Amino acid sequence: MNNICVYCEIEDGVVADVSLELVSKASKLASELNCEVEAVVISSGTEKIAEQITPYGADTIHIADDKRLHPYTTLPHAAVLTDIINRKKPQIVLVGATSVGRDLAPRIASELRCGLTADCTDLVIGDYSDPKSGREYKNLLYQIRPAFGGNIIATIVNPETRPQMATVREGVMKKEKTAKQHKTKIEKIDTMKILDNVNFAVKIIERHIEPRKVNLGAAQIIVAGGFGVGSKEGFDLLNDLAKIVGGEVGASRAAVDAGYADHSRQIGQTGVTVRPKLYIACGISGAIQHRAGMDSSAQIISINTDPEAPINSIADVTLVGDLHSVIPKMIKFYKEQSK
Amino acid sequence: MAFRIIVLAKQVPDTRNVGEDAMTSDGTVNRAALPAIYNPEDLNALEQALLIKDKYADTEIIILTMGPPRAADIIRESMFRDADSGYLVTDKRFAGADTLATSYVISKAVEKIGNYDLILSGRQAIDGDTAQVGPQTAEKLKLPQITYAEEIIDIKKDKVTVKRRLERGVEVVESSLPALITVHSSAEKCRPKNAKLYMKYKHAKTPTELQTIADDYLNQSVRNKDYLQIEELSVDDLKCDIQKIGLAGSPTKVKKIDNVVLQSKDSKVIRDNDTEIRQLMQDLITNHTLG
Ligand SMILES: Cc1cc2nc3c(=O)[nH]c(=O)nc-3n(C[C@H](O)[C@H](O)[C@H](O)COP(=O)(O)OP(=O)(O)OC[C@H]3O[C@@H](n4cnc5c(N)ncnc54)[C@H](O)[C@@H]3O)c2cc1C
Repeated sequence: MNNICVYCEIEDGVVADVSLELVSKASKLASELNCEVEAVVISSGTEKIAEQITPYGADTIHIADDKRLHPYTTLPHAAVLTDIINRKKPQIVLVGATSVGRDLAPRIASELRCGLTADCTDLVIGDYSDPKSGREYKNLLYQIRPAFGGNIIATIVNPETRPQMATVREGVMKKEKTAKQHKTKIEKIDTMKILDNVNFAVKIIERHIEPRKVNLGAAQIIVAGGFGVGSKEGFDLLNDLAKIVGGEVGASRAAVDAGYADHSRQIGQTGVTVRPKLYIACGISGAIQHRAGMDSSAQIISINTDPEAPINSIADVTLVGDLHSVIPKMIKFYKEQSK
Repeated sequence: MAFRIIVLAKQVPDTRNVGEDAMTSDGTVNRAALPAIYNPEDLNALEQALLIKDKYADTEIIILTMGPPRAADIIRESMFRDADSGYLVTDKRFAGADTLATSYVISKAVEKIGNYDLILSGRQAIDGDTAQVGPQTAEKLKLPQITYAEEIIDIKKDKVTVKRRLERGVEVVESSLPALITVHSSAEKCRPKNAKLYMKYKHAKTPTELQTIADDYLNQSVRNKDYLQIEELSVDDLKCDIQKIGLAGSPTKVKKIDNVVLQSKDSKVIRDNDTEIRQLMQDLITNHTLG
């Protein structure tokens, strides 16, 4: 049977959230397609990795453990993953749209001469009939993504080539443990048979990876600021509100570009996707690309001086006013009443 | 020391400023209504090449672009900044190419140009944001790839040292040459056009463009100068396998295009006054959204 393969990214012995999200998604797609999920781990010191993946629904975990495989470099990871794909012939391969995934996936797609769709915002199984040949295809992967700067949504399919490959950004899919107990098989890969010197043309000399400071994906409450916040200092006010209500601070791209907030806080099509219980948008106009990352929030409050701001049309509550005056009041009344 | 560098550059519609008039009534994009610009990160890539040329004056910078005839603009724009020459890969049969078919054609053109030390390109183009063509071209040419370069720290005859910008940090890597490097927007901005170079190269033309110059004198004077010739490459020039180009060579098919729909909600509007904000906070606490 042609299964679904998920490349799992590892940093500091921990599987990336985006990979677990993809295993969760794969396990849903697999039950629709009546096939299995195969996770792939390529790293070193992998003893504690499988147990992190199993609860999300992997039937098999392929593990390539070799000192030379961590930290990530393109060629050896590509060689190992290509080897697995060639042997197992999965129908679908999913990779996180991270700096690693976006480096790796195209290299492999080129080698396998298969289609690849970057930054999908949804993956759905469906049929396709080719308008030219009239041929019918059953159970293809619809790879849905924004195109043209987010102004349109395209549905892409790969009728003829296998595997069907897609990358997905963090937070787009939900990380969910499977209900049923999984008996996961572990398959060890002999890297000596796959890797040779040409795979090590690129050497890492220095590496500084900062620990993740913010985890917007896990936040239940997000106070997000846009260009309307006006300054870095303005974000202090948002921090204050986030702190007392137990939330995280997010930002629009315009606020990040202006230097008010760090890039790791960017929400939207080219940032992270979030779906908190409450999203408070402060001084954010609500461009398509921003909404793409937050419009499935359970509740949205928009604070904006402009009653016509596009964000207001998806907000449950629109607070028309200057955020510099509104937020201190929110803090004050919250403190008064939460006592 | 001197290097032969090929810079991959693309002309793109400026998707960053999509006005209302750029969207057609059926929700698709009217490309013609968008200004055509030099893909921003390809300019960052060009600057990295120029910095190497600043250091090693005999370095040769060759621009390779694929697109319709008007994409020759990209080559002239590069010449005005001190690129030496350019190739325009253009043929109607390339139309409909996805990133796989595109990288195949680019790799064929690179092979034709030949004898290079380094290939540079932008990380991604703003009309697709896929970041795939760089790595796919590297794979087709069996070259090592270094993506998201912020700075080329050092280059020697057969070794390059590059600082990469990652999501949560930086990495310095060393690679053998030749290699393909994709450049990130955090790299040095491209220098402006140079007035002298503008005068020198403003009449640089492709053979197709030359046919449209009515002025015999100008036409002849352009033909007489080698450095004003922009080469055109077609499917036949590159001996492309027809099955690997255009729509036929593209495994991805667009099933459909949708307008972005705004699911608007009934929004409750409140004003900036104590009573209404106190009520809002109270409601949020009562329904357990907060606290
Ligand atoms: C390919 C592509 C990808 C993109 N990806 C993203 C992405 O991931 N995330 C993202 O956010 N954007 C993204 N963008 C950018 C997006 O198009 C918008 O430019 C951006 O979201 C605008 O940010 P903003 O709402 O903060 O700024 P603006 O649009 O400038 O809005 C500022 C808002 O603040 C309000 N305001 C001003 N002063 C005050 C005040 N004192 N009090 C209250 N309100 C005030 C104004 O009325 C206005 O509504 C992308 C664009 C492209 C082309």
